[in-house]
Amino acid sequence: MATENIIEIRGLNSFYNNSQVLFDISFAIPRHQVTVIMGVSGCGKTTILRHLTGLKKTGAGQIIVDGSQDLGTSSETMLMQYRRRIGVLFQGGALFNSLSLAENIATPLKVHTKLADETIRIMGIMKLNMVGLDEFSDYMPSQLSGGMKKRAGLARALIMDPEILFVDEPSSGLDPITAAGLDRLILELRETYGMTVLVVTHELESAFKIADRIVVMDRGTIMAAGYPEEIRNGKDPRVQQFLSREADPHKIQSESYYERLLGGTGK
Amino acid sequence: MVNPIESLGAYALRQVSSAGRLGLFFIYTIRGIILPPAKFWSTLKQIQFIGTKSFVVVGFTAAFTGMVLGLQGYHTLSKFGSEGLLGSAVGLSMIRELGPVLTALMVTGRAGSAIVAEIGIMRIEEQIDALECMAIDPFSYLVTPRLIASLISVPLLIAFCDIIGILGGYVIGVGLLGVSQGAFWDGLTASVDWSDLSMGFVKSVCFSVIIVWVCTYKGFYAGVDEGTFGPEQVSRATTDAVVISSIAVLIGDYVITSIML
Repeated sequence: MATENIIEIRGLNSFYNNSQVLFDISFAIPRHQVTVIMGVSGCGKTTILRHLTGLKKTGAGQIIVDGSQDLGTSSETMLMQYRRRIGVLFQGGALFNSLSLAENIATPLKVHTKLADETIRIMGIMKLNMVGLDEFSDYMPSQLSGGMKKRAGLARALIMDPEILFVDEPSSGLDPITAAGLDRLILELRETYGMTVLVVTHELESAFKIADRIVVMDRGTIMAAGYPEEIRNGKDPRVQQFLSREADPHKIQSESYYERLLGGTGK
Repeated sequence: MVNPIESLGAYALRQVSSAGRLGLFFIYTIRGIILPPAKFWSTLKQIQFIGTKSFVVVGFTAAFTGMVLGLQGYHTLSKFGSEGLLGSAVGLSMIRELGPVLTALMVTGRAGSAIVAEIGIMRIEEQIDALECMAIDPFSYLVTPRLIASLISVPLLIAFCDIIGILGGYVIGVGLLGVSQGAFWDGLTASVDWSDLSMGFVKSVCFSVIIVWVCTYKGFYAGVDEGTFGPEQVSRATTDAVVISSIAVLIGDYVITSIML
């Protein structure tokens, strides 16, 4: 019996060396929906992504998959099995430089399946077509623009038909038109394949366009979590400030400011 | 951390942790031999990268080293009237010491540095993370083919170096300086025996492991300790790797020589 939430995060605390970057994070990722984690740079959203993909070990807290498997205590084999169900799109696409697009996309298939080369080639072309890159299958990554690399990375993330797609900052480095195209693609994936998608972003427009659930983060804690309308109409001033993109009212202590400016401690 | 004892403790912990990571790295690489994916073609590609592309550099090094040995050897031996021993002098020097060490140093500079840069760039561009997220063991995919390729190519390169070096010494000694051809070859075949060849072979295997282990390790963990992933980390990893690999080869050379001589 499949649980409603494919992943549940409970009480996740995370550290880089000695500084804490995540404080008691708890939320759920529902199946077949797009969840967006929003926040300014440095709020910890990418760290959550690294925990969810197993790249960072979960020590304090639990990440429950399918109601039963805890990623934090999973053996390597179980982690590998989990990873075969997910696809990850990294910020720069993370394509392998020495392989062409077609070879890049074929990599998971070559390793995990015994499919014939021709079948792999066809599947690759289909996925490239989905992201609009089928003419470029023999190009090397260095010959592509940033947006094309991201789309190719998405095709590779989708080649094994994952249940969950993790996307790290889809719009970063993209022009508005290409970014909108990626957003459309994510929505299509949910519509057509019932894919569960987790997007990490700081782009407000994009987030509200694609999200079924939103989690707003600030400095390692969750400010708000819920449906997009709830977040938009919420009463929390910090959330409203984030949404209206107001700069922090910068309170300058005039004396200490002048001291620093003039480079001395006295008058 | 002002407290010096704390700093010392932290330093010691870091060093032990690094040493452990280096050891684990080697174990995972060996384990990668039995894990998927199939490595035949990537190993061949690496043999071409490490072996074939180092061919010319090693050839040049060998030729000129052999020729210098011929010159210096003749000059020194003629003081004792022993020019006839030039063949054994050149042969033993090349096979026991210069062949393995010089080839290792050249391969480190040529192929080793390229390996660090290649894998280091993969690290900073999250390509190694991408491999892990695709449930592909990065050690098996990236490092093991290079280890196997190195174990195949480097000993062959060293053998090639020995041959060219001896020929270089022959050309100078016999061709230029007038040592008798028969004396050269007789001296060579008489003094070089199985213990010399096995010393050369043991060194070649050890050096090939050292080079690939240090270079892939440095590339693989470029930037990981600092947490920043940029070109500076790759360039630092490359220089560190070449220096450490070269020094390790020289130290290893002394250790093996003192054990086997």
